[in-house]
Amino acid sequence: MKHKSESEKALQELGKDVVKQIKKEKNPELTFTLRGLSNIIYDPKIRSLKLGSKTASRSFFNLAHAKKFLQTFDVAAVIKNLIKEGKHASLRDVFYQVKRTIPSTKINVVDEQTESDKVIEDLEVITNLSREQLHVNANKEGSIVGNVVIEDSGDTINWAKLGSGGWSIPSNVENIKFKKINAKFIIYMEKAAVWERLHEDRFWEKQNCIIITSQGQTTRGIRRLLQRMYEEHNLPIYVLCDLDPWGAYIYSVIKYGSIALAHLGTRMTIPGVKYLGITCQDVEKYGLQKHLIKLNEQDISRIKQISEYDWFKDNKAWLQQFKMMKSMNSKAEIQALSSRGISFISNVYLPEKIKNKDFID
Amino acid sequence: MGEKTKAHELAEKQKEISISEFFTKNRHLLGFDNPTRALLMAVKEAVDNSLDACDEASILPELIIEIKELSEERFRVIVEDNGPGILKQNLPNVFGKLLYGSKFHRYVQNRGQQGIGISAVVLYSQLTTGKPIKVISRISEKRPAYYYELNIDTLKNEPKILKENEVEWKKSHGIRVEIELEGRYLKGKQSVDEYVKQVAVVNPHAEIIYTNPDNEKINFPRATNELPRQAQEIKPHPYGLELGNLISMLSVTKARSLTGFFTGDFSRVGKKTAEEICEKAKIKSEASPRLITRDQAELLLKSIKETKIMAPSADCLSPIGAELLEKSMKKEFVADYYATVSRSPDVYRGFPFLIEVGIAYGGDLPKDEQVRLLRFANRVPLLYQQGACALTESFAETNWKPYGLQQSGLNPPVGPALVVVQISSVWVPFTSEAKEAVAHYPEIIKELKLALQDCGRKLGIYIRKHVHAQEQRDKANLFENYIPELASSLSNISGESKTEIEAKLKKILKKNIKEILGEINNEAQE
Repeated sequence: MKHKSESEKALQELGKDVVKQIKKEKNPELTFTLRGLSNIIYDPKIRSLKLGSKTASRSFFNLAHAKKFLQTFDVAAVIKNLIKEGKHASLRDVFYQVKRTIPSTKINVVDEQTESDKVIEDLEVITNLSREQLHVNANKEGSIVGNVVIEDSGDTINWAKLGSGGWSIPSNVENIKFKKINAKFIIYMEKAAVWERLHEDRFWEKQNCIIITSQGQTTRGIRRLLQRMYEEHNLPIYVLCDLDPWGAYIYSVIKYGSIALAHLGTRMTIPGVKYLGITCQDVEKYGLQKHLIKLNEQDISRIKQISEYDWFKDNKAWLQQFKMMKSMNSKAEIQALSSRGISFISNVYLPEKIKNKDFID
Repeated sequence: MGEKTKAHELAEKQKEISISEFFTKNRHLLGFDNPTRALLMAVKEAVDNSLDACDEASILPELIIEIKELSEERFRVIVEDNGPGILKQNLPNVFGKLLYGSKFHRYVQNRGQQGIGISAVVLYSQLTTGKPIKVISRISEKRPAYYYELNIDTLKNEPKILKENEVEWKKSHGIRVEIELEGRYLKGKQSVDEYVKQVAVVNPHAEIIYTNPDNEKINFPRATNELPRQAQEIKPHPYGLELGNLISMLSVTKARSLTGFFTGDFSRVGKKTAEEICEKAKIKSEASPRLITRDQAELLLKSIKETKIMAPSADCLSPIGAELLEKSMKKEFVADYYATVSRSPDVYRGFPFLIEVGIAYGGDLPKDEQVRLLRFANRVPLLYQQGACALTESFAETNWKPYGLQQSGLNPPVGPALVVVQISSVWVPFTSEAKEAVAHYPEIIKELKLALQDCGRKLGIYIRKHVHAQEQRDKANLFENYIPELASSLSNISGESKTEIEAKLKKILKKNIKEILGEINNEAQE
């Protein structure tokens, strides 16, 4: 882990390098590793996505790049001030700090938050620092419950005693200390509603486990928290998603990393996670045939797309799932299990799956 | 015996329809369908007549137009010219008899065509106000001016003179018409104000002083002191004939043989051609025209179409000319660039015609609106029935994108431009008697498109040269605006001096401006 002042130093060096070019009266240019699918490599040795060797350059005196170039250094300056003042900001905060109209023009430095978000990711690649190290936090959107006691910012927190909402996971979990963990495994689920169901059923208590969720895509804070519990406390992790290509991708992000954040390499990947369900076999075994949803056009093209990803294309178990989805022409939500009874998932489905080690790798 | 048949019954209902009844029922055909348009028609007919009379008499026109609002829907229109005046014996018929005029039977480029114009205004005035028209006319300094008050006997279609006397008048020759009528005065694209302005655009040799109902006096000075070329009267060309025409011409001709008839009564027909026509129709060329039957006339018409006849001479046309049109547009529209084209004459159905196009670009013209099209026929602005007009259609069907204007589909283009299109012809093919829309003849459409494209190419060259240069300047400005911002952020993170960074960046921009902007062009093309 780099120290705070190291982040500051990295930004300063970036600035000095560009100023040096300017002093030599050269068109200032930034060269950094290209992000995006064309430069994503799946490395089977480390079981993680990483960036390839392609680079992109961005120069100021080029109309196609000029605004992005300016955005990059405006955001860098905002981040430098954050680090200097020891404050953290959200992506939205950074957007508003950068957003303004350039004098004597009608041009805004940024118009949409996606522009500043992208620049922050660029800066991660350029400086080789993570967003957390740059004092920028993601939105927190996750809950966790289980027999765990932690220390965070001087407070001692027992995850088991926080009522129906559970502990709300912060975006930066680097400084959390685990004081006591009494659990045999972790279940991560795509849907907050399912998490609430399991919590109400005291599933975590009965099965002695930790249950965790975020709405939709897994946030960085949650991925890092899972990774820490996996690595520091050897807790197996099972992923529970809808049976559709989107669920499969959520699982693969936790396991191998995401395309958008491939530059983070192995910093957040957990190669040992297993996929618990829903599987095509579950559909038959648990009689969900009448509770399926027809695949739409996006689903079908997404299945085709992800089955060509390097980390799926040699995985027979997953290829079989994709094939069966197509032949059924259907997908299934986790909540389809409610057709068998509201607590069927807590009382039958999950205990059986775990007992039988009915997982996909 | 007194047996009453159905025919008797019907006969009782059959009576002569008075001209006023016909007019009331069909006034939309003549352009009097609403009070706004009626006011415009009154000005239009009087102005057309004045300008035509001046042109024929080779006088540089000086027009005084005045509209006074008498009450909300009642107006007085006064149009005064310095034309040749009208002979005492002709004057009552000109104003007080429908379908009387010098224009219908002649093939010469004129503003008016049928002789309905001014007398229809008189009738409309009479029907809506009951007041007579007041006219002063003088034909020479040596003769007195005459004052008339007259209206139309609607049953007989005859003028009724209510007053006639000599009068003192400051002008040595000319006409002054004063008409009271029901109408409505509005501003906008179909207003009288707009009409007068457009008349000035296509009549650069005319001086017009216009006072509108708001009592605003607007002067339109001359752009030239040169008279337009006098349009020559021509005989009809055989290609323009229709059967009815041919039959009536055959019955009234003074020629004793068909050869004589064709060579004498038509243009571009020599003895050889005349004989060829007769031969193809298998009718003797010595035959007397008066003895030709309907069926034979039909054969003649057919053989005319199969015979090659030289195109009519273009002497009969009096175009504005590219140079003068440009001068005139400069006078009326503030823009950065003007391009005009005056085509060579072409022929449709045997009638010569000629297309002229002008474009104004930039300046005060609105940037993001549809380009306005001003249509003219024989120097008369066409303000109504835009959608039904061949001029509009050709304008929208022209692909303007290569010439630097935006356009989607077959819609008019968008951009800071204005387009003037004029057709001159001895007989402009209007779609109706209101004379507002030009009919869709393929020959006319082809010429229009060629003229529009020709003008468009000129505009395109200008836009590429000047507008592109402006874009390059804008790009350079963009960098200049970015530099202080970048310098400030860079200074913040590096700790180096902002002033120095800014100065260096400006130096780099200045030194490499050509490559920097050139680089952009290369990229834009990719």
